[in-house]
Amino acid sequence: MCWYHHTGHGGQGKRDKYLESNDTPAVRTIDLRREYKTRGGSSIRGQKAGKNVVALDGVTLDIARGELFGLLGRNGAGKTTLIKILTTLLAPTSGQAFIDGMDVTREVTPVRQRIAMVSGGEQSGYGILTVREQLWMFAQFYGVSSRVAHQRIDVLLAAVGMSDQANQKVYALSTGMRQRMNLCRALVSDPEILFLDEPTVGLDVEASRLVRDYVRRWMSENPRRTVLLTTHYMFEADELCDRVAVINHGQLVAQGTTNDLKRSLQEHVRFQLELAEWAPAFVEQLRLEDGVMDAETRQREGRTELRLALLREEMIVPTIATLNNAGGRVLTLKRIEPTLEEAFIRLVGDEAEAGSEEVSHGE
Amino acid sequence: MASSTSPRPAHPLRLGLMTLIGRAYPRLIAGNREPDWLFYEATLPLLRVIAFVLVYRALGAPPEYTGFVILGGAMMAFWANVLWSMAGQLHWERQSGNLELYLMAPPSLLWILAGMAFGGMLTTLTRAIFITLLGTVIFGVTYQITSVPLLAAVFLLTLIALYGLGSMLASLYLFYNREVWAVQEMIQEPVALVTGMYFPVRTLGGLAGSLASLIPMTLGLDAMRQLTLGGQWIPLLSVPVEIALLAILAVGFVAGAAWSLRVIERLAKIEGRLSLKWQ
Repeated sequence: MCWYHHTGHGGQGKRDKYLESNDTPAVRTIDLRREYKTRGGSSIRGQKAGKNVVALDGVTLDIARGELFGLLGRNGAGKTTLIKILTTLLAPTSGQAFIDGMDVTREVTPVRQRIAMVSGGEQSGYGILTVREQLWMFAQFYGVSSRVAHQRIDVLLAAVGMSDQANQKVYALSTGMRQRMNLCRALVSDPEILFLDEPTVGLDVEASRLVRDYVRRWMSENPRRTVLLTTHYMFEADELCDRVAVINHGQLVAQGTTNDLKRSLQEHVRFQLELAEWAPAFVEQLRLEDGVMDAETRQREGRTELRLALLREEMIVPTIATLNNAGGRVLTLKRIEPTLEEAFIRLVGDEAEAGSEEVSHGE
Repeated sequence: MASSTSPRPAHPLRLGLMTLIGRAYPRLIAGNREPDWLFYEATLPLLRVIAFVLVYRALGAPPEYTGFVILGGAMMAFWANVLWSMAGQLHWERQSGNLELYLMAPPSLLWILAGMAFGGMLTTLTRAIFITLLGTVIFGVTYQITSVPLLAAVFLLTLIALYGLGSMLASLYLFYNREVWAVQEMIQEPVALVTGMYFPVRTLGGLAGSLASLIPMTLGLDAMRQLTLGGQWIPLLSVPVEIALLAILAVGFVAGAAWSLRVIERLAKIEGRLSLKWQ
């Protein structure tokens, strides 16, 4: 398990430790910092022109080859800035970033040969071209021969269900179709590392699912393929990602698997039981038991629902025994897992409430 | 698509040429895909040519002035293409999100611009030929071509210098990107005037003509007129001198474009100008 709470700037010690590591991760950042200076008339996060705004603050991160890594954060947290640096579009103010062991600021061309990016709501390309022509054009920019490009285009369009649209003009595509084509555009150069910056934003359920399904399939086809996904949709991160990191105010506040993240922030283990009869006395009795932190019942659709918060998971066994001894009959039992959204909100605090609405109702 | 993901980078020159062809494609093919170009980019400019010819004829101007106007009208198509589809193009590409993808791709942005230029040149050539042929037929202009190789050299150098200028302007427009449309409108007609698009540039006087020579169209048009039209009009400079100056302009503008693109990309990375929409 790779899980920690970020503690601010890593400094030279952390940098040396990472550089000495033998494994070459697909993506590595060391103490990465990016500041913007607002210019005349500009205002970033409410800062007046001429002020320095810190978009990334000491971000240290490793993404292994073959990993589908999620970066979660509310608007303006620094997700896109990190992606821009990793895709060679922005220079860090300090710190280092590596793609496949290559410095993104010094070895720009080889880095660019390995990467591709798809952004949400992307309107790239030329409407007058057909889908096939558009994909072929971008393949040329990566030195893919026309023969190979057309083979890949056929495979990719079939994979995203767009074979019938190959000769359709781009301007006639729906938003969902266009984003599927954008995904094909990114993959036609056969990148090793794919950056997905909120790729399903604005898409309907079916189109989102298709994008997610294909990303997962694309990953499974080659163990070297790596994806860095930023998203507001917690269920998307939960469904897709091997590991996630949460970024807030430019700092990584947590990283690990989604289960690690959810459980690490859960103080107690929660269970929900369905009982055969209504018995408020059970609750009072259970509350006296060791390890039972909370117990409450409620009537729901003619049945009694008992919710328990236990200090440890294994305490459910004596608790059920106590219930049985008291004459209670358990019909169903299930453990209540915290959601990633709950964990996210706990990590980034109240300021996320506006963003969490977007998260909750995003799709 | 379970192919190998080990990148085998193409040779930089091959990659550059593939990029050039790839980016030229939308202009070469898609540019002619919808036939309304025939009206907007060939027929409408021809109306202006016709208007100038009729004015000259009403004033009793020498017959070679008809040729001046037709050649000027044809070259005007290139200037409009350079201005709107080269100088302003990176700005539009930025708005659509293409610029990020171009910057992220392995080849230099200069190859992308070269592709735009190549596609633009060939597409505009069809417009220019259309204007020249139709104008020539309508007004019965006869040409006295003194040297085809020299004419070809002048035409080629003019285009290289002109599109080099467009590439350089493209990066400058990116840097000062807020009022592109207004700047384009502001310079289109004055440039058409000072380059002598519809009259011998010497008419403006030696000093004004020399200053206007910084725009390749001025020297190119003057040399092409000397090489194709007879008459007693006074050229700005001799053809060899104009060819030499055009060559210097061509090299200078292409080198300037390469330099300014490097600068703008560096600044873009430092300041985030090209990749962040609020900048």
